[in-house]
Amino acid sequence: MTVLAMASRDAPKAAVEPPAASLRGVTRHYRFPGGGKTLHALGPIDLDLRQGEFFSVVGPSGCGKSTLLDVLAGLNPPSEGTASFEGKPIAGVPDGIGVVFQEDASFPWLTVEANVAFGLKRAGIGQAEIERRVDYAVGFMGLRDFRQSYPAQLSGGMRQRVCIARTLVLQPRLILLDEPFGALDQQTRLIMGDELLRLWRETRATVLLITHSLDEAAMLADRVGVMSARPGLFIDVIETGWSKDRDSRIVADPRFGEMTGRIWEKLRAETMKHMQTQGAGPR
Amino acid sequence: MRYRGLVTLAVVLSCVLALELACALGWVARTVIIPPSAMVASLSDILWSGEFNRAIALTLTNVMISVVISISAGFVLGVAIHACDFLRRAVEPYLASYYAVPTFIFYPVFIVLFGVNSAAIIAIAVLLSIVAMITATMNGLDRIPGVLLRTARIMRLSPVKTALMIQLPAAAPYFFTGARLSVAYSFIGVIASEFILSGDGLGYAIAYAYNNFENRQMYGLMLLIVIAVTLVNMTLDRLDRRLQSRLRR
Amino acid sequence: MASKAMASNTVASKTLPSQTLPGGALRNIVPPIVLALVLILCWQGLHLATASGAISSPAATLARLVVLMGSSRFWLDVAETGTAFLWALALSIVLGIGLGVVLAWLRPVGEVMEPILVTFYSLPKVTLYPLVLLIFGLGMPAKVAFGIMHGLVPITLLTRNAISQLKPVYLRTAKVMRLSAFEAVRSVVLPAIIPELVAGIRIGFSLSLLGVLIGEMFASKRGLGFTAVNAMGLGDLDTIMAIGLFLALFAVLANGGLLSLERAIRHRSAGR
Repeated sequence: MTVLAMASRDAPKAAVEPPAASLRGVTRHYRFPGGGKTLHALGPIDLDLRQGEFFSVVGPSGCGKSTLLDVLAGLNPPSEGTASFEGKPIAGVPDGIGVVFQEDASFPWLTVEANVAFGLKRAGIGQAEIERRVDYAVGFMGLRDFRQSYPAQLSGGMRQRVCIARTLVLQPRLILLDEPFGALDQQTRLIMGDELLRLWRETRATVLLITHSLDEAAMLADRVGVMSARPGLFIDVIETGWSKDRDSRIVADPRFGEMTGRIWEKLRAETMKHMQTQGAGPR
Repeated sequence: MRYRGLVTLAVVLSCVLALELACALGWVARTVIIPPSAMVASLSDILWSGEFNRAIALTLTNVMISVVISISAGFVLGVAIHACDFLRRAVEPYLASYYAVPTFIFYPVFIVLFGVNSAAIIAIAVLLSIVAMITATMNGLDRIPGVLLRTARIMRLSPVKTALMIQLPAAAPYFFTGARLSVAYSFIGVIASEFILSGDGLGYAIAYAYNNFENRQMYGLMLLIVIAVTLVNMTLDRLDRRLQSRLRR
Repeated sequence: MASKAMASNTVASKTLPSQTLPGGALRNIVPPIVLALVLILCWQGLHLATASGAISSPAATLARLVVLMGSSRFWLDVAETGTAFLWALALSIVLGIGLGVVLAWLRPVGEVMEPILVTFYSLPKVTLYPLVLLIFGLGMPAKVAFGIMHGLVPITLLTRNAISQLKPVYLRTAKVMRLSAFEAVRSVVLPAIIPELVAGIRIGFSLSLLGVLIGEMFASKRGLGFTAVNAMGLGDLDTIMAIGLFLALFAVLANGGLLSLERAIRHRSAGR
């Protein structure tokens, strides 16, 4: 319970620092193939990610959460507005950003160890340093006994650990996670959430987590951004006020229920709106 | 989709045009390739004069007989092998390596068996095309979703009705793919046998024209075969795609 | 999807009961051996049934093959055919994979070219052999070119198909790691499609061998195909069947080797 009692207030201090990443008036429009019609998928969005904070985004499906992540990762440029990382505008994938996808992105033709070392090898880092970092990441993610295994021999949760370890070794300063636990069962998700918190504390990286799970968003984040149905906008950003050394046991706390209740309150109307417009939409 | 087909056609036409130009400008010796316009002229001569009508009829008849035999026998064999576990285990390792064997080498054996006539040619064409049908039949029967067969049982359909109303339509796209391949391989089998070894048919006519330096006639005949086979394949391919699209959900 | 023509050649490898059904190794080994014995018996039967044993018996064929394999002329033929075949295969693999990657990368180009390649695949290419001969003249280059005409297209189509069915997240991962296009192809795309590449190479192997042999049978002065056709003219059925047996054994062994390699790779990466 001390976890909650210590509800720290280091947010104001962080606000003085320049943001890790920021979006100003960012929108995304998609053009349908063939016709001249466009779909307004996202924005306009203004967002500052504070240095070292854990920010999660929840919203109804199809609200442009993943589009938002693509813009931050430099995978897709914004249609309007600007996106910047560490003060520099994002053009292409910037150095210092790591992404974990929802789909299993572990390479089935490589061993766990080779998967984790993959990015380091391409980055031209010395062999000794590669070994040191891989060793650390493999240990940190609890993969030590599976170093020589192939992903096909692992469970879905273990494979996602491989992907996280592969991102971790590159020592990103901003980690973007796109529903990384979406394909896992509830218990595994809670455990993976703990791992993620541990990783976040250890690396002091800024984390942006996209999720459709209210619990996950409420449990993990310093701030929760609630998005509207398409075109996705932030309708609210909620400070959770949890202490930095929180973990999944927080779900037993009454204040956790209150928090998810608050988020759901905001989200409920949007989700219903989404379900009603879904028939007419192109999805 | 239609747009893409037009672009493909445009690419083919511009290649033909480029060849025509290359010939006209003398970049390619006429002893090597004649201009496409001359090929077309030669083809129309061939068709009007009726000089090769017998050869054309013979080749097409052989292809047709081979197609009928390999599709029907291939289907029956495929069903039989699928039904009998022992047979399946016995045959499958050979099926996987079957197309690696250069069947044409054994053509003389068929001449001994059937004599120098169409039967030997048809035999080799069937040998080449039947296995595609067998494999496709087994594959189709394998791919019928189990839930469809359970549905048939719940509706208490007889085995015959299940076969006709459930299994056949469910596996039809795979069967058709096999049939399409059988047609393509029958053409290859018949024409290649005629070309290398026989004394008759379109394939032989091309070989004969080549050996007698009758380039104009040779290219006319080549064009005939290319056009005929392309039209047949494109038609079957279109039907095949339509059937296949039913499988994707 | 349109490379179904080739895909069906690989079907048997996917549905093999040895992978789907449990049971002792005997259950998988005995039936093929029984079938092989039945086939040899049928062969012997044909020998006995044809007038004056016009079809060589299995024993006579084997004996002839042993004699052939003791002659230097035979190995000259093998070297001649083998050289043409290896060139054709190597060039088919390199060009086929390269072309497949390009056609997958430049998607619209690939979509436009695919029907042309599929049509070419199902064409009786022998009819085009005179064209090859007129361009290259009699000899090794013509045989190699003809082998490539057979082997290149299936490898190209299978490569393109495999890449277009690659999980998009692999390419996104490569992008996020800021790999260059070349680096992404080398370290992500090609390793990801290795099982399909092996399947393509297996089919390219069979077809370029077929192409080279047909080339030799029609117009050549050397090589196994020429010797077989020559023996045919002399009515020497023993030699034809011995050469046929030799080629069949070689092709089946090579195919079997590549097939088990393909399965081993698939098993590892798709494992259970």
